[in-house]
Amino acid sequence: MPENQQEYLNLPPFYLAKDEKRQKFTKYMNELTQYHYENSAEYARMLDALNFSQEKNFELEELPFLPVGLFKNYELRSVPKENIVKTMTSSGTSGQSVSKIFLDKNTALNQQKTLVKIVTDFTGNSRMPMIIIDCPSVLKNRFMFSARGAGILGFSIFGRNSIYALDDEMNLQTEKLLSFLEENQGKKIFLFGFTFMVWQYFFKVLRDKNLKIDLSNAVLIHGGGWKKMQEQSLTPSEFRKTLKNICGITQVFNYYGMVEQTGSIFLECEHGHLHTSIFSEIITRREKDFSPCDFGEVGIIELMSVLPSSYPGHIILTEDEGRILGEDDCPCGRKGKYFEILGRVKQAEVRGCSDTYGN
Amino acid sequence: MDNLEKYKNAFKEAFEIDDNVITDELAYESIPEWDSVGHMRLMAGLEDAFDIMLETEDILDFGTFGKGKEILLKYDVTI
Repeated sequence: MPENQQEYLNLPPFYLAKDEKRQKFTKYMNELTQYHYENSAEYARMLDALNFSQEKNFELEELPFLPVGLFKNYELRSVPKENIVKTMTSSGTSGQSVSKIFLDKNTALNQQKTLVKIVTDFTGNSRMPMIIIDCPSVLKNRFMFSARGAGILGFSIFGRNSIYALDDEMNLQTEKLLSFLEENQGKKIFLFGFTFMVWQYFFKVLRDKNLKIDLSNAVLIHGGGWKKMQEQSLTPSEFRKTLKNICGITQVFNYYGMVEQTGSIFLECEHGHLHTSIFSEIITRREKDFSPCDFGEVGIIELMSVLPSSYPGHIILTEDEGRILGEDDCPCGRKGKYFEILGRVKQAEVRGCSDTYGN
Repeated sequence: MDNLEKYKNAFKEAFEIDDNVITDELAYESIPEWDSVGHMRLMAGLEDAFDIMLETEDILDFGTFGKGKEILLKYDVTI
């Protein structure tokens, strides 16, 4: 494990300029790669098969990435089995294999800390009355949960007195919702959920039932992929506009992240850009030879995270396509690379980022 | 009910455990019940019991039964 792990995790998330970030982040990722090499026999075998020597310091682009699908076929761990406190899974659709991510206490805690640092940069420090746009049964099995459950639990720290807006049949609990809003009148409300569910079972229902509620002082954080939204022919900007029309909500933040790298998520700023923090990095690669793309060029997304220490998921090649738009110069003032997601790589196995309901 | 009793009760209710499990050393992830789900339940229970609102930093730092007493001092709750 990198010696300065805790020190690094305590740095502010968006304020290292590119040269300094590159230097610190590269050193950290080299050490983390070495750590996993020494602690996971499977990972070491893969690196050996790639003839990956451990003798020099590599540039970020040279470090080996694991395809995200690998976590479906192999149980990868860099700590003894008895240290695992939680197992997270991706896509729970029947018939499809799921990724299994093994967390020890240290990794789980670092995920939560990092999530707090990134999200409070957008929402501020105070905890808000929270509406979870999901059903209570999503956290039924507390030792093994889906990306959806992990998201809800991780984001619950920003909320208090939280309620679930849906019942287990996905019906909007209108009465409960109205009395919650009544009780918390004048307070800033925090809404959280998965993009498709937020739309299909909450905002669309408000609109269709013509329920007039005022959420102009609320914050919505949503994520989990845009695939099902495309079927609804709603672009991200139309989504924002429609939500504003329905209930006046303007603070809407989409997030992007992989269950394999929970915690070091990417949040979209008011300019529609997804931001890397100092805890993560993005590289886009050309499909034909996996060479790194230039800024602005569409490629397969590789993601890096400083968090995974109980499993070798610190550098993964996703099945998503996107492009890097710039670095350190977003008008929102945040440092780091910013990017956009364009969809799934064509040949990729069909799989959502989260196990969005109804897939 | 004094503060120590209220404090202990919050743990008992959040984790559904008995008195004898509770010591100053009782820690996050030391028993299956005190996991991330249990933790948020405990935080909500403490906020109700003492009518306070914990900051996110303190929720993260709240690692043991003993440490929690120190944290609550910041909210003028002496246990």
